[in-house]
Amino acid sequence: MLLHEMKPGEEGMITGLDSSEALVRRLLALGVCPGLRLRVVRNAPLRDPMEVEIDRRHLSLRRDEARCIEVKPA
Amino acid sequence: MKRKAVFLIALAGQPNCGKSTVFNALTGAHQQAANWPGVTVDRKSGWCRIGGHTVEVVDLPGTYSLTSLSPEERVARDFLFSGEAALAVNIVDATGLTQGLTLTLELREMGIPLIVNLNMIDRAEKEGLVPDTALLADKLRVPVVATAIKRRLGKRSLLQALANRLAVPQNSEPFRIDYGPLEPWLEEIERKLLVEPGEPSPSPFPARWLAVKLLEGAGMKQGLCYPSGLEAFAAEQRKIITERTGERPETHLARGRYRAAAAIAAACRHRNVPKGRPLSERIDDVVCHRLAGPIILVAVMFLLYYLSIVQGYRLTAYTWPLLAQVRQWVEAVSPAAGFVDIPLLRSFALWMTDSVNALLNYLPVFFVLFTLIAILEDSGYMPRMAFIMDRLLRRFGLHGQSVLPMVLGGVYVGGCAVPAIMACKGIPDERARLATMLTIPLLNCLAKVPLYVLLINAYFAPHKGFAMFFIASISLLLVLPMAKLLSLTVLRKKEEAPFVMEMPAYHLPTIRGTVAKAVARLWLYLRKIATVVVVVAAVVFVLLQFPGPTAEQTSHYEDRKGKLLAGFAEAVAGTPYAALAGEEKIMPLLLYGEAYRKARLKARNAGETAALHRRYAEQNPFFFRIVQPDGDPQTVKVNRAWRRLAAEREFLLADRRKERFEDSLLGRLGKQMEPFTAGAGFDWRVNVALLSALAAKESSVATLGAIYAQEEGNAPLEGRLNAGASGLTPLHALALMIFMVLYPPCIGTAIVVKTQSGSVPWMLFSLAYPVLLGMAAATWIFSSGRLLGLSGVQAMAAFYGLTLCLTMLAAIIGPRHRKGKGSLRGLPAGKIERVECPQGVPPPRCPLPQGEAKT
Repeated sequence: MLLHEMKPGEEGMITGLDSSEALVRRLLALGVCPGLRLRVVRNAPLRDPMEVEIDRRHLSLRRDEARCIEVKPA
Repeated sequence: MKRKAVFLIALAGQPNCGKSTVFNALTGAHQQAANWPGVTVDRKSGWCRIGGHTVEVVDLPGTYSLTSLSPEERVARDFLFSGEAALAVNIVDATGLTQGLTLTLELREMGIPLIVNLNMIDRAEKEGLVPDTALLADKLRVPVVATAIKRRLGKRSLLQALANRLAVPQNSEPFRIDYGPLEPWLEEIERKLLVEPGEPSPSPFPARWLAVKLLEGAGMKQGLCYPSGLEAFAAEQRKIITERTGERPETHLARGRYRAAAAIAAACRHRNVPKGRPLSERIDDVVCHRLAGPIILVAVMFLLYYLSIVQGYRLTAYTWPLLAQVRQWVEAVSPAAGFVDIPLLRSFALWMTDSVNALLNYLPVFFVLFTLIAILEDSGYMPRMAFIMDRLLRRFGLHGQSVLPMVLGGVYVGGCAVPAIMACKGIPDERARLATMLTIPLLNCLAKVPLYVLLINAYFAPHKGFAMFFIASISLLLVLPMAKLLSLTVLRKKEEAPFVMEMPAYHLPTIRGTVAKAVARLWLYLRKIATVVVVVAAVVFVLLQFPGPTAEQTSHYEDRKGKLLAGFAEAVAGTPYAALAGEEKIMPLLLYGEAYRKARLKARNAGETAALHRRYAEQNPFFFRIVQPDGDPQTVKVNRAWRRLAAEREFLLADRRKERFEDSLLGRLGKQMEPFTAGAGFDWRVNVALLSALAAKESSVATLGAIYAQEEGNAPLEGRLNAGASGLTPLHALALMIFMVLYPPCIGTAIVVKTQSGSVPWMLFSLAYPVLLGMAAATWIFSSGRLLGLSGVQAMAAFYGLTLCLTMLAAIIGPRHRKGKGSLRGLPAGKIERVECPQGVPPPRCPLPQGEAKT
């Protein structure tokens, strides 16, 4: 499953990052690392971007970017 | 105390860790801001005394890691790498220990002298996360100091730790992280490095760290030369690793670091039971709510606009008298005016004073504005704003973080492009940042407003409400499609950065922090802008003043002067005031009378008037009798003669000014331009007014006033324009207003565009494209309006409808990046590769101590 398909409140474990080098590095630097659990907190008023929580940290990312993150729903 | 620092220490840390608070606490007022060479990243340094030495403190940009290669990270990494700093202080947010320690571990791997400052310890305690500082120091093998700098706790122990560390300079033993599956590759590269160390040799950095960087592919080239072929070897190994493990080396490395950080963090926490949902998340339930979010955003933006632009502008009522006093003083000390001839030095001094005053007048507005922005920044609301608005603005090639610059620039009426463009710094995406910077000058800044008000009152008085609404909203309807157009054309190739950003916990901003930030920015503004404006004002003065009157003109005015003086002499002949005849005698009276009249206008009540009369009577009883006659018929006669002479002289001076404008270099240029501007309905007078507005847009009205100064006397400019003598129609006025909307940025703004984009060509572009666009729009609206026989208001409505359609069209033209799964816009397909955590490989590969990951 890809992150952008998840709904607010759903949780899962990151299993893979599938994107350009720049985005992967940025995601890793911000702690989006395969093996971590994440939770979708909410969508923005216009549904895009979305907010997720990883290890008590809140990140906001566009749906285009979320579709590069593979997640195993919990 | 500045510049003679014995030691240099660098502050490193992740964004939102409280780094600037620590920096401010250490250095106080001894700060200096500049740019890092070659990039538009702020370089803040300050000075303080530690252990009897003067120490320079450099505040490195906040970075999450030193590997993802944004300009900030490159700057931070290169600085630490250069070895300039005797000591690095790593500030870590105690509430997010795991994430914070990932950067700490990167620094520890480098082996540079390091102190860890665990900041915001009070918040961590409140959340039930109490880190064991001693254990952390033991695990990291560097000193750890816990502080809550914002609460003024721990500064002394931090200074003590710094002093201790500086007294015994030594590198910290590098930290070794277990990178699991990558170890064989790391060992091999390390071995190669030890056999053939490259340049400089011996390298000041541990071979293992260099090996990590080589495998990471982070391009560590500056100042270091690897042995021949090693980089190519590393690049090859990167491919092999990706093939064999199914993941890229940087993913392995990040995970290794994260795992190590998580293990340390878990061991050093006494308790790890965050109670319920954090406060910030509950606040965001409202602030980012589907309905409430946008409403709150609009309210915050309105408040910002209202407090700074509207209320801040009221403050100028208190500061303006100070500036007016300066002008009076300049008037008093510069050479006195003659009957027709104003000495060059006098007009130059007054012109420069006026130019600088016009700029200084905005300081209160800027101060309020900068303070409010600092509050928004420090509170953590900015990322929320971007979160709410990103979707909408992205449709026009802008970014969620373009909201603030646009509000500051004057989305409604009255902003200022200078702070607006300064605020663009926060936009991480280069394309969106340039698109925002280049379109902001099209918004309605405060200085454009006087011309709008003048033209609307003169030509659209019956439709004032509609005209004001038109002008207030038309700029946004031009900005949005223009931003889209720019990002699809000239900015097409610019780098786009990932949007991913942290939504930090809310913080309560401190008064000290916000004021310090506001003052620093105000000072930067003054220094950068004031110097340039002074130079440009001087140039415009020369262009308006020279080549000066011809001999013929001079004799013409001498004639008129002679007649006036003769008339006055005739009138006073036979009275006790006959001695006043003659230029030298009459000038003191004229100047005295002028000063008296000005002072009289300011007197607000009978008491003040009486005091004024006493003062002037004391100063010169003889003149006072003339300007304030007591009923004696002869004195009344002289009074009348004096008043006529003074009025006639005003006309004479106005005529001269007008003629000088016409003959000046700028006036000639205006005439030369007539063939090009005729289509838009601009004659040379309008051209001169628009040219003089280049330095500051306020000048347009003043220049129009000077050019259209006419014999009818003191009628307001609106009346003079509309009297028909000007030959302008509402359609002319509309074309002029549209041109003003699209007017190129003022010199101050252009300078900020240069510093913020780091490029002169972009500054020139920002000056050039609005001229072409404005000319095209004005010509089009004037010519087609005239062709179709539209009235001013009809043309206005038609233009509005058209731009509205254009804006909607720009929104509909889809984002081009939705190509396929996983492909980010504009990236070559070759760079996209697939990496995933292999199936059925749990903990060792994707490992975290249980309970560390959020459950």
